[in-house]
Amino acid sequence: MTALARPVAALGATEFRIALRNRWVTITVAMMALFALVLSAAGSAPTGDVGVDALSVTVASLTSLGVYLVPLMALLMSFDAVAGEIERGTLSLTLTYPVSRSTILLGKFAAHLAVLSIAVGAGYGLAAVAALVVDPEATAGLPALWRLFWSSLLLGAVFLAIGYALSAVARRPGAAAGLAIGVWLALVVLYDLGLLAAVVADGGGAFTTHALPWLLLANPADAFRLYNLAASEATSAAAGLGGAAQTIPALHALISILLWPLAAFALAVVALRRVTP
Amino acid sequence: MNSLTLSQVTKTYDGVTALDAVGFTVAPGERVALLGHNGAGKSTLMKIILGLIPATSGQVTVLGAAPGSQTARDGTAYLPENVAFHPALTGLEQIRLYLRLRGDDPARAMDLLDRVGLGQAARRRIGTYSKGMRQRVGLAQALIGNPRLLVLDEPTSGLDPVSRRDFYTILDGLAAEGAAILLSSHALTEVEARTDRIVILSQGRLMANDTLAALRRRAALPIRLQIAARPGAADEVAAQLAGGRRNGVIVDLTCGHDDKLARLGDIAALKGLIEDVEIIPPSLEDLYSHFSRRDGQ
Repeated sequence: MTALARPVAALGATEFRIALRNRWVTITVAMMALFALVLSAAGSAPTGDVGVDALSVTVASLTSLGVYLVPLMALLMSFDAVAGEIERGTLSLTLTYPVSRSTILLGKFAAHLAVLSIAVGAGYGLAAVAALVVDPEATAGLPALWRLFWSSLLLGAVFLAIGYALSAVARRPGAAAGLAIGVWLALVVLYDLGLLAAVVADGGGAFTTHALPWLLLANPADAFRLYNLAASEATSAAAGLGGAAQTIPALHALISILLWPLAAFALAVVALRRVTP
Repeated sequence: MNSLTLSQVTKTYDGVTALDAVGFTVAPGERVALLGHNGAGKSTLMKIILGLIPATSGQVTVLGAAPGSQTARDGTAYLPENVAFHPALTGLEQIRLYLRLRGDDPARAMDLLDRVGLGQAARRRIGTYSKGMRQRVGLAQALIGNPRLLVLDEPTSGLDPVSRRDFYTILDGLAAEGAAILLSSHALTEVEARTDRIVILSQGRLMANDTLAALRRRAALPIRLQIAARPGAADEVAAQLAGGRRNGVIVDLTCGHDDKLARLGDIAALKGLIEDVEIIPPSLEDLYSHFSRRDGQ
């Protein structure tokens, strides 16, 4: 174990230092904090008599925000990870060291996940403080917020790994950035629109009852949203496909968001092994 | 046992032959220079030795193991051509990382940087370094963990003459401790005095693999004799020796290796007319041109 942990820790600490100096930590923390505060301010107004505490409402809003923002931040940090090293010419030297390619990727992954957890933690933490200030009952929403936190990290982990895979396949930072934006649009935005169009066209037929739940589970962003909304008491605050898929058990969504990071990371390792510097 | 053994190594890219049946060895403590034009296959050969790219055919043995294996990577240090590092890290942070990747004590980083003359700049970001300073960081990382084989691609490019001399002094120390060194270079004059053997690649083929003295004998290139005549005697010296006048006092002669002593005897006979004689053997540039153009160019 230590034989693997030592190089991962060394690479991770170095990557984290680079992320600090490239302002990635500052940028992501500021982004999450800003959006969380805006959502808290917007969400606290109408709660009054709904019978749900302020934090649970905020969690529902944060779920909708996180599903866009967390994958975006993860891809922004990871698209350069391999392609940038190829372009700078630093990868070939690292690959002559007695560390495996999966270890190199694990080091980057650990650092980027740490940056994400700081950013997400700061954003969600601020939202919790804001909710607790206006509503003393908001402590009831803390378990939902905690669930949102760790599932956001799993979602981020998926898109970090997808970003590494794209980076290794593209080999040039410009191409990798294009691919990353494409994947973000496809998985986070267009996928849901496509499903929505299919549901409307189907009119409650076999597609909606049989294929739709599986298609939702197959997309990590949807699985993340389903899990948090299904497990939350504030589902009434949710809209769109989340409501349409009430029939999917939270456990299935949880399995999906647990398996996706592993599958995506395995894909990234395969892609990096195919790189010849 | 040799530290590095190459036999019939061939590499083709999409039908283009980058290396054609190249074979040579490097023994422990031996310093071998790999010479060749740009595109002759030097960097490709080094990447095959390091296990970064596979050879199309042929055998490579690095420290008794396959290239890229754990044993090979543990004992091999590499300095890439135009070595680069992340500009946001300091030299010290970068070397500490490399030490930890080799399972070495990161506290040794400062010693290594001092050894390559970067102690003063260790805490500055690499982004602010000159090319020569980056090259020294590259050299510092190549010294980690007492490597038994060093593969150095254009190691002295960007270094000033004093740094080059310091660099070769460090290499001499490593070779004396038994490290095998394979280095490529364009600067033929510095390689001349500092390596034990010379391997010449041309268009992916091995054109020569021998000591400098043996290459000189085999090439049998003419030796130049430069005679400084006493004032006013140049014409007479030129006439007596059937040589060419260059300016007021210098007379140039060329002769084959075997004629050298006879010609020197002729010159000595003109003692009263002559101030000095210089014997100029064929330079490494001459030898390099000879061997790299040998087939039909």
